[in-house]
Amino acid sequence: MKAILMGAVAALAMGLGTASAEGVKVGMITTLSGGGAGLGVDTRDGFQLALKQAGDAAKAVELIIEDDQQKPDVAVQIADKMIQSDKVDVLTGIVWSNLAMAVVPAAVAQGKFYLSTNAAPSALAGKGCNPRYFSVSYQNDNLHEAAGAYAASAGIGKVFIMAPNYPAGQDSLTGFKRFYDGEVVSEVYTQVGQTDYAAEIAQIRASGADAVFFFLPGGMGIAFLKQYAESGVGLPLIGPAFSFSQDILPAVGDAALGVKNTANWSHDLDNPANAAFVEGFKAEYGRLPSIYASYGYDTANLLLSAIAKADVADAEAFRAALQAADFASVRGKFRFGTNQHPVQDIYVREVMKEGDALTNRIVGTAMTDRADAYADQCGM
Amino acid sequence: MTREAALNAALFVALIGTALVAQALGEGFIITLATKAAIFALAGVGLNLVLGYGGLVSFGHAAFFGLGGYATGILASHAMSGVPVATLPFTLNGSTEMLAIWPLAIAASGLAALAIGALSLRTSGVYFIMVTLAFAQMIYYLAISWPAYGGEDGLSFYVRNTFPGLNTFDPIQFFAICAGLLAAALGLVAVLTRSRFGLALRAARQNESRVVAVGIRPYSIRLLAFMLSGMIVGLAGSLYADLNRFVSPAMLSWHMSGEIMVFVILGGVGRLFGPVAGALAYIALEHLLGGVSDYWQALLGLLLLAIVIYAPGGLIGLIAGRRHV
Amino acid sequence: MMLLIEQALNGLQYGMMLFLMAAGLTLVFGVMGLINLAHGALYMVGAFACAAVAGATGSFWLGLAASLAAAAAAGAVVELLVIRRLYARDHLDQVLATFALILVFSEGTRWLFGSFPLYLTLPPLLSGAVTLPGGLQYPLFRLALIGLGAAIAFGLYLLITRTRLGTRIRAGEADREMVAALGVDIARLYTAVFALGAALAGLAGALVGTIQSVQVGMGEPVLILAFVVIVIGGIGSVKGALVGALLVGMTDTLGKAFLPGVLARLIDPSAANTIGSAIASVLIYVLMAGVLIVRPQGLYGERGMA
Repeated sequence: MKAILMGAVAALAMGLGTASAEGVKVGMITTLSGGGAGLGVDTRDGFQLALKQAGDAAKAVELIIEDDQQKPDVAVQIADKMIQSDKVDVLTGIVWSNLAMAVVPAAVAQGKFYLSTNAAPSALAGKGCNPRYFSVSYQNDNLHEAAGAYAASAGIGKVFIMAPNYPAGQDSLTGFKRFYDGEVVSEVYTQVGQTDYAAEIAQIRASGADAVFFFLPGGMGIAFLKQYAESGVGLPLIGPAFSFSQDILPAVGDAALGVKNTANWSHDLDNPANAAFVEGFKAEYGRLPSIYASYGYDTANLLLSAIAKADVADAEAFRAALQAADFASVRGKFRFGTNQHPVQDIYVREVMKEGDALTNRIVGTAMTDRADAYADQCGM
Repeated sequence: MTREAALNAALFVALIGTALVAQALGEGFIITLATKAAIFALAGVGLNLVLGYGGLVSFGHAAFFGLGGYATGILASHAMSGVPVATLPFTLNGSTEMLAIWPLAIAASGLAALAIGALSLRTSGVYFIMVTLAFAQMIYYLAISWPAYGGEDGLSFYVRNTFPGLNTFDPIQFFAICAGLLAAALGLVAVLTRSRFGLALRAARQNESRVVAVGIRPYSIRLLAFMLSGMIVGLAGSLYADLNRFVSPAMLSWHMSGEIMVFVILGGVGRLFGPVAGALAYIALEHLLGGVSDYWQALLGLLLLAIVIYAPGGLIGLIAGRRHV
Repeated sequence: MMLLIEQALNGLQYGMMLFLMAAGLTLVFGVMGLINLAHGALYMVGAFACAAVAGATGSFWLGLAASLAAAAAAGAVVELLVIRRLYARDHLDQVLATFALILVFSEGTRWLFGSFPLYLTLPPLLSGAVTLPGGLQYPLFRLALIGLGAAIAFGLYLLITRTRLGTRIRAGEADREMVAALGVDIARLYTAVFALGAALAGLAGALVGTIQSVQVGMGEPVLILAFVVIVIGGIGSVKGALVGALLVGMTDTLGKAFLPGVLARLIDPSAANTIGSAIASVLIYVLMAGVLIVRPQGLYGERGMA
């Protein structure tokens, strides 16, 4: 398998030529249309804000952005185009784990760096880890693990858990169960992109659970929360930050008030980098940043820190510069573990009103210096 | 040489020429586009057999395209993991050899076409359109909800399958394989349509009762055509999977069925080289208009409308004139 | 038991919305002999019109009226400009032209409204849950959808059996040339029927968009289900569309809700879950295949049409 891959890389390298010495070409593949567009737009805006704030330091970066429409096949074709035609050095931006699994292994095999702004499936954290693959956001399980830990500490005895049927959804429920010690009364996988949750809500009603843990990012979460609020089922909801992120809250409305969710970032985290980010984002785009915007922002700053230290053509030096993570993260402290995924604190947030706008505030810490469950299996 | 024959030759030269020029200029991505055009043309050639010659409006050929693709992806992924695809009734091992994969991909899509055709051909007209669409949709949902081969996420196999004597990673060599198969399929269809089978198929379309009167069952003729058509489209699906090194339910979606149909109609229904013209035009439009506007599909839609309303013969009909039937 | 009732209500609500889609489709085919793939685009037009007007005025009811008006207008315009030229053509041209219309509508809507989904707020009158006899709580809005669907079905029945338009529609289905020979303005009849079908689709889009979300491409999955509905019910039959829609809605909802659980009693639970949900997702197509084998013309279709 490895020999075949090496052969593939050699064959591709022959036909493709090498990247230009000056400047770094960055290909961003992200979701800019459809139900998941809010996530990609925030990722892009956060990334571009960091470049803008960096001023001259970002001159070396040439950014190409394409919309993957949340479809794996489209993402694969864009990646091919960016690698073959645009000859990018670094790829980034994919929101969804299924798209990441379709793009990342082939991209790193062709010698490109991939910096993840969001999706970080378990398959790429353990045995499938790669020197050219970095996750800036988290490992998929992290926020769900923290939600499980929180649910256990809050004394919730029986819980109904639900996620979409794709890699991040499976990672989510696995992560939740890892630190939750109560009884899981039902475990439901929904379709990706599903918009009607009447059948699931009926199951929740009949389940006898004390609380509902759910992971439904983007438009799926909005649809579920709106329908849940109308259903008369009053069970408390918990979830990872994605279920109550800033892109979702305005559409959901007051139904989300008081809900607890876990996150590795919040706009009220007290550090200078975060203040500059939140203020800059509000000034530039006229809205509050979501957690996806924070990942995009951190990723761009990580990239800039590496460009300042090393030439992207020198892969070993560039990798070392990325590993050092010598940038001011909006999360305060930030470092990479051995599998090039973050080691970080994870907080509990609560949805509340700030003036007229719904937003999240930190109310506690769920886990400190959490790496991930797969780092041991990574042979790097 | 008639005008249409000259045009056909020019089309094929244009396809090959694009790839060769791109190779000389080092534009790998243009070769990828030409390869995509050749594969789509191959799928169109398959559909044209039932749509153009048989007059059967199948809106479900994505099923065969996707099945060919999935057969390829499944065999390749099993070859990598070393686990046999099946042990009963006989051991079927995975493979990364195109020559071993193609027959299986063709067989899988052919069998599906036989089953779907047997049921759908009991109906006709608008029922046939909807029923073929619905069966393709059924396979699409099955692929989405069956988790073993990636479900919604699709299946990556990272490395293109191999062909003896060629380096399939080299875009131009893979293009050569696809163009060769397209030429072979065109030859096959040309021979078929001139054979007794082809004559019977066309006769059944024009006047069913006369065919029955000479003792031929239109149902069997049509079913055979439907199956052959599915097999050719399945082969195209297999190549498409290799092009992307990835298969996903999108290959089975009804948009794919619509697109294959667009290749045929854009070029010219029932013309041997119609799908080649249609696929080339489609890829060129996608590449050129896609650069001009994000809303290029709206322009494509208007163009299609204009063709249906003002030029029912498609591009070939526009250039080579109406056919003498 | 409560769960069964709640899921059955979900299936009923789903079926009623499918009926609104299928009714227009089947009328258009029955009267004009046209297969219209762009019917899903009209569903989307209705939803976007409702979201835009409700957003601008703050009134859901004005939005709902706008959805009917916009979809009917879009339907009439499309009929006058494009569809009219297709009646005499074969089905292939109809399929391609209406497929092209989908592209134009989808990208046009994306251009007008952007790629973000829009969300509607329920009117206060219909929000929240009600307690049904027996103690089951059920969302009021979904209950209202069931009632509305039933009312429209009855209204269509009256329209077709009791009015002049209905007489002409029935005559048009039976013999197109004859109607024209009798001096009925066939062109106006066709535009009216097409606009009526479009309005029903637009209404369905607005109602479903209210509980889910309003986005480009939302009509396509529903369109295919509507095809399944009319293949089962029989093309051209409004009664068939109602029966087919309820069958499809119930089969799909109940299958997805209970099949994995039923299978789990027979085989290993985790395998039952995956196999069960895979089978449940294709159950309606199996139903359709079954109907085709027994009655290729559909439950209420006439033999000649198959």
